[in-house]
Amino acid sequence: MLEGIGILSLTIWVPIVAGLLVLAAGGDDRNASGQRTLALIGAVLGLLVAIPLWTGFNVSTPAIQFEEALPWVPSFNIWYHLGVDGISMPFILLNSFTTVLVVLAGWKVIQTKVAQYMAAMLIQSGIINGVFAALDGMLFYVCFEAMLIPLYLIIGIWGGPNRIYAAIKFFIYTLLGSLLMLVAMIYLFFVSGGSFEIMVWHKVGLTMMAQLLLFVVFFFAFAVKVPMWPVHTWLPDAHVEAPTGGSVVLAAITLKVGAYGLLRFTLPIVPDAAHELTWLMVGLSLIAVVYIGLVALVQADMKKLIAYSSIAHMGFVTLGFFLFNPLGIEGGLIQMISHGFVAGALFLCIGVMYDRVHSRQIADYGGVANTMPRFAALFMLFAMANSGLPGTSGFVGEFMVVLGAMKVNFWWAATAGLTLIFGAAYTLWMYKRVVYGKVANEHVAGLTDIDGREFLVLASLAIGVLAIGVYPLPITDVMHASVNNLLEHVAHSKLIP
Amino acid sequence: MDIKTLYLVVPMAPLAGAVVAGLFGKLIGRTGAHLVTILGVLVAFLASLLIFQDVLAGHTFNGAIYTWLTSGNLSLEIGFLIDRLTVVMMLVVTFVSLMVHIYTIGYMADDPGYQRFFSYIALFTFSMLMLVMSNNFLQLFFGWEAVGLVSYLLIGFWFTRESAIYANLKAFMVNRVGDFGFLLGIALIMAWFGSLDYQQVFQMAPQMAGHTISLIDGHPWSLLTVICVLLFIGAMGKSAQFPLHVWLPDSMEGPTPISALIHAATMVTAGIFMVARMSPLFELSDTSLSFVMIIGAITALFMGFLGMIQNDIKRVIAYSTLSQLGYMTVALGASAYSAAIFHLMTHAFFKALLFLGAGSVIMGMHHDQDIRNMGGLKKYMPITWLTMLIGSLALIGTPGFSGFYSKDSIIEAVQASHLWGSGFAAFAVTASVFVTAFYSFRLYFLVFHGKERFHNAHAEHDHGEEGDSQGHHGAPHESPWVVTVPLVLLAIPSIYAGWPYIEPMLYGGFFGSAIYIDALAHPAMAELGAEFHGPAAMALSALTTLPFWLAVAGVATAYYLYMVRKDLPEKIKEKAGIVYAILDDKYGFDRFNDWFFAGGARLLGGKLWRWGDVAAIDGVLVNGSARLVGQIARISRYLQSGYIYHYAFAMIIGVALLATWFV
Repeated sequence: MLEGIGILSLTIWVPIVAGLLVLAAGGDDRNASGQRTLALIGAVLGLLVAIPLWTGFNVSTPAIQFEEALPWVPSFNIWYHLGVDGISMPFILLNSFTTVLVVLAGWKVIQTKVAQYMAAMLIQSGIINGVFAALDGMLFYVCFEAMLIPLYLIIGIWGGPNRIYAAIKFFIYTLLGSLLMLVAMIYLFFVSGGSFEIMVWHKVGLTMMAQLLLFVVFFFAFAVKVPMWPVHTWLPDAHVEAPTGGSVVLAAITLKVGAYGLLRFTLPIVPDAAHELTWLMVGLSLIAVVYIGLVALVQADMKKLIAYSSIAHMGFVTLGFFLFNPLGIEGGLIQMISHGFVAGALFLCIGVMYDRVHSRQIADYGGVANTMPRFAALFMLFAMANSGLPGTSGFVGEFMVVLGAMKVNFWWAATAGLTLIFGAAYTLWMYKRVVYGKVANEHVAGLTDIDGREFLVLASLAIGVLAIGVYPLPITDVMHASVNNLLEHVAHSKLIP
Repeated sequence: MDIKTLYLVVPMAPLAGAVVAGLFGKLIGRTGAHLVTILGVLVAFLASLLIFQDVLAGHTFNGAIYTWLTSGNLSLEIGFLIDRLTVVMMLVVTFVSLMVHIYTIGYMADDPGYQRFFSYIALFTFSMLMLVMSNNFLQLFFGWEAVGLVSYLLIGFWFTRESAIYANLKAFMVNRVGDFGFLLGIALIMAWFGSLDYQQVFQMAPQMAGHTISLIDGHPWSLLTVICVLLFIGAMGKSAQFPLHVWLPDSMEGPTPISALIHAATMVTAGIFMVARMSPLFELSDTSLSFVMIIGAITALFMGFLGMIQNDIKRVIAYSTLSQLGYMTVALGASAYSAAIFHLMTHAFFKALLFLGAGSVIMGMHHDQDIRNMGGLKKYMPITWLTMLIGSLALIGTPGFSGFYSKDSIIEAVQASHLWGSGFAAFAVTASVFVTAFYSFRLYFLVFHGKERFHNAHAEHDHGEEGDSQGHHGAPHESPWVVTVPLVLLAIPSIYAGWPYIEPMLYGGFFGSAIYIDALAHPAMAELGAEFHGPAAMALSALTTLPFWLAVAGVATAYYLYMVRKDLPEKIKEKAGIVYAILDDKYGFDRFNDWFFAGGARLLGGKLWRWGDVAAIDGVLVNGSARLVGQIARISRYLQSGYIYHYAFAMIIGVALLATWFV
């Protein structure tokens, strides 16, 4: 136990307190600029307090670092127990970074209920950090469910015309998925002799039947979030209706929580079932790459297209995890981080155009490069990253997962490799129709290029995309110890008769 | 300066130029942009020269620059392999790139995207150098895709033109199909060799020769054959080999300087270079060599045919490039790697010359590209005329010219090969000599000789390169010095780069250990070496061989049809109805690909979306279960009617049932 407030607590509570302050100080929209500034300060502070996680991280050990533990509900042995390893730490940074960007991205677009919007973003950021930092099952569960509420509000209040359908679909889909998880956790509480410690659950021996049931329960909780085919249909609707900031958080962070859950719960708690059901998970992942890739191709709505592209890219993540080799898991993790940057950036790009033209339909655009050359250049970079071009972050994870898959099965690798073709097809075809060509209509003719604020947001993502693509070593270094430890753990059966 | 620093300078100097011109283009202006990129490429060229001398002195290098990432016990590095094969490529790339940079000052003078263009071509130079200098498969793939990216950006440089943005997407997609195979090949190497480092892989290769893998149960295939074929599929995309050749003719939508640099001299030869680099792997698989040879032969002959009927000056040369790339590929299949690289080098000079010459003609013609509208340009553009004549002579293999030595060596090597398919390949490359000579001189005569047709043609031309808007339709004029100087500088090696180098490069062991040939299994080059008695004797004895007379016949036919009996081509076209239609349709590949692949994918995607996502998952499962809940609620609502006698009645029934049950 540590004295005082730890770094992880800060990453959770600084954004939440900042959010509450924005709400309290906010009042109505006449004071919007002050609320925005306050929110930005809160987001930047949230990022600053997270930086020591990276600089102070010991890469040589798989052990939990920055640990904090306080009793929370002593009668049920529930703890406020935080800590990170090489798997969870990068996502706290990613989330804190993304929060700054979405606050900036909502600067002008959000003109109604500004304080509430900014507060929702900040509070959500804190809760999501809680998800990644939680080492107590109940704490995880509470954060896992609580993070739905701000996003539900963001879609439902600031969303598009069909926002109520999308928000409810999103909420019920994801809630139903995770309700059973609570039952699973209570079951684990009893078989582990009264502990909600995730790390204790890792060591609990389980029968095959119990493992399979737990696997199915965890699958529904996490697969919906990832989302994996066929429980993915909430995502395109949610994206289409969400405001830009909501889409960015959804793509960059929320989806990662599902994949993270697979690594933190499914693989180590029920390794035998995971091995047993590898065919299922790999099959669903490959369907995501091929089926969803083809579906993305025919989308007429840019946000829907990128939403489907997200599902296809997350297919690489789940495929990587169920290869049970370092390349696969680390590739999947890098893919998660990269997708946070790339999909986030693409949704921001669509937002930039939407703010000006108020349409997401590809057919309403054409020749944007003529009036927005700076924007077109940045958009091109992100489109290429989405197509997995080497030198961008999008390549690193896909490459590692394909290599990892080839070690296991040629046809898995070949099917996954099809993303090289599909990814380029749907992304660049969209880019061609939107950005290239002659000026299509007077809306496009009247476009103004991105301003300083928009440039700052997109350029910082561009730097991230290129940096990871050119030099991913620092990130894989962080992961090695934890991933190898996880693989060793998963390789040993914990079956009891 | 340390030589290792110099290695780093070669790719970094053009990159620096690209970054400066790209990010600060407005700030430094047009002159600043071309100065900084030309300086970068010039530095790279001079450094390459120094490295060339150093390598000739026996200093090769193989080492890492930095570790890209590690995972498990795999370590992926970015590094350089500097040997004789590398330095040849470095010199070719930097020299042609330098010429194209200078040429661009003139060619793109009026273009609003001037800085962007210089940034792109400098970025291309960087990418291509990283590709050829790589010491591992990862970086090779990096460069491979990066040159594809720049090619994509440059084909679509005039992005308001529908044909250009169609062509660049097509080029990228077709290349991605090739890259798909390439990536799987690399992944297979990683999975079986445990490394992506050239040296380690090559050392292990002989032990892996006997390995088989069963991709389909019960059909064991040689591991190396599978790897080599997959790698070669990558080369088929990048080097535009049948049936992945379809993107290259369309790539002519890009500005002419990049047609010369990227789509003739350097990028499209990346596949040839790659296979030569992988010779220690390909040598172990006769099946893959046969495959390579047959694909190359098909490309060499059938793409040449298409060049015979094109009327766009750039497209004629584009099909010629396809055909010549086929020659190089055939040479690879015949284990004549050094001949392939030799032809790559000479071809880079004379084909870059032809493209830049064509660009000069296009400028002189005020951006008209149709050779039917030209004629008699010799008088107006003397330097362009002479240099293009030199280029054409080199291309058709006139004895003494550079192209002769490289091309004749390929033909002889194929004839000496005993692999399955070599008979067809030998026929194809020999027959192509006639075809090459015909289309080259058809172009030459139509453009530079005969009647001046541009006076009446100008009335209706509107498909010029930049949509020439100035409207000054005067007589053709010679291009400025920034355009003609590169032509002259390229004409010199087009003549000269053959005879001094054939002996060392092909028979003198110039490439040393960079290229590996299993001389026992594939003795073609060794046999050629035994019969080689110096470049002069080779040129002399060629006068009595079939290829030479085929070339003469090709030129004569072109002369007869386009200078003497000018009415004949139209008549032949009418007579040859079906054949002409097939050629005009480019064998139907474009139509098929558009219909089957592009259309099929859209159709399938649409069906999956509508039937799978919308109808089955959302319609039945999601909204269906919501409806189900609603219906159950609606029915169960009747149970809570609120009337006390309903509840009383239910209780009585219940009591009755219970009583029946228990009594």
